[in-house]
Amino acid sequence: MKARLIAILGALSALLAGDKQADRVVPPTGFTAWLTLFSAGAMAFLAVFSMALSLATDRLADRWGEELARSSTLRISAPEGQLQAQTDAALRVLETTPGVASARALTLQEQQELLEPWFGPDLPIERLPIPRLIEIIETNQGFDTEGLRLRLTAEVPGAVLDDHTRWRRPLVRAASRLRLLGWMSLLLIGGTMAAMITLAANAALSANAQIISVLRLVGATDGYIAQAFVRRFTLRGLIGAAVGTVLGCLAILLLPSTDVAGGFLTGLGFQGWHWLWPLLIPVLAAVVAFGATQLAARGTLRNMA
Amino acid sequence: MIELENAAYSYGGGELLSDISLRLQPGSFHFLTGPSGSGKTTLLKLCYGALIPTAGHVRLFDTDVRALDRDDIALARRRIGVVHQDCQFLDHLTLADNIALPLTVSGRDTINEVANLRELTSWVGLKSRADALPPELSGGERQRAALARAVIMSPDVILADEPTGNVDWEMSQRLLQLLLELNRMGKTIMIATHDLALIRAAKSHVQARVLRISNRRLQLAGADL
Repeated sequence: MKARLIAILGALSALLAGDKQADRVVPPTGFTAWLTLFSAGAMAFLAVFSMALSLATDRLADRWGEELARSSTLRISAPEGQLQAQTDAALRVLETTPGVASARALTLQEQQELLEPWFGPDLPIERLPIPRLIEIIETNQGFDTEGLRLRLTAEVPGAVLDDHTRWRRPLVRAASRLRLLGWMSLLLIGGTMAAMITLAANAALSANAQIISVLRLVGATDGYIAQAFVRRFTLRGLIGAAVGTVLGCLAILLLPSTDVAGGFLTGLGFQGWHWLWPLLIPVLAAVVAFGATQLAARGTLRNMA
Repeated sequence: MIELENAAYSYGGGELLSDISLRLQPGSFHFLTGPSGSGKTTLLKLCYGALIPTAGHVRLFDTDVRALDRDDIALARRRIGVVHQDCQFLDHLTLADNIALPLTVSGRDTINEVANLRELTSWVGLKSRADALPPELSGGERQRAALARAVIMSPDVILADEPTGNVDWEMSQRLLQLLLELNRMGKTIMIATHDLALIRAAKSHVQARVLRISNRRLQLAGADL
């Protein structure tokens, strides 16, 4: 596999270094060359965004997974006077429940902070019948939710267990679906580019049918003739995609920064070494262009005398 | 070198050539004649592998053409110089580049062949036209350039399809001289032509066999020419 990859890369670089004479034998086509460059550029630009989307949802899914995976909340509502007793009872139950790493009642101060966005800082929380919250951190194995619920109803009637997995799961599922869509878009972009280059190469081959037949008559092999076309389209794919990638990365750099707004949309982008990912796009584009033109040229040449 | 054995060719509506047997021996000189449309060009195409016989066998350098793949055909064509009826140049390349085209496509270093190319260009009398584009050339210049391109690879066989088709008598004499000279250098030559005067002119210089296509078959023409 590795040796084959090296062989392909070697062939590619030899191709790009090129044979000037072979290049001259087929006359250059001004207009369609620009179209190919433009398509490659546009596809690369889109690919940068799909890639950013995939990587961002990837991060998002990870974060949700990690932050929410192993925490639940126990809410205790009880009449005045029983609240502390029930809280203590609940903590005792939790301490003896397998799968609970730690359980901690939030302090009044913390509860006030949680409510502050809704009621303002001046709410006299200690005078209101506000339920008590207990934060539960699970171990890796997690606990048996149903079993815990049963024990709690018996011993702490005022307790309600909020299992975060309930609303976390659809979110994580949505995130991974989104990530799948991102990668699928990348595949579709690659396929579309292959299709466009195949069409362009076929057009170029038929436009040059006369030249190809002369070359065959004077003893050119199919490989030689194909190379003249393959080289051109590979270069166009590479250059077009490189420009498109640079523009796409610039567009992503210019997005408003995450810190200011927060949230998912502005989290779209690359972080750290992920910035290396877009470098792959021009290389892949060149490989796609190489393969598409090679196939198109070989196919067309086989049908010529 | 090139051998046809009971070869036949049909374009679909009946056979154009039937039961053709022919051997081109090294150093031989052949004329191929016959009325227009009798299949002279088709026979030449069979000889350089552009067509596969619909019956019988064609052997290029001792290999049946049906056993040759596309690359083998390409390699065989480097050993067979062809002067096509309509010359077949690349119009965007200069005359010199067109003449050197067989070298270019076979991957030979044209830089090393510059002297060779220059000599050949002046041999066909086109030295002053080396930088002209094919559409700027006269009929005779095109025919001579086509001949130069056919011989630049120093092929074993030269096939010429109506090389004097659209040039005047004086020019056709010059082309004939070039072909005779190549024959003296040991090349096998076959010229398709309906110009009987050309054949007569050649016969006084070389032991030429005259083949005539008549009634779909190949016959050895007699001394009546």
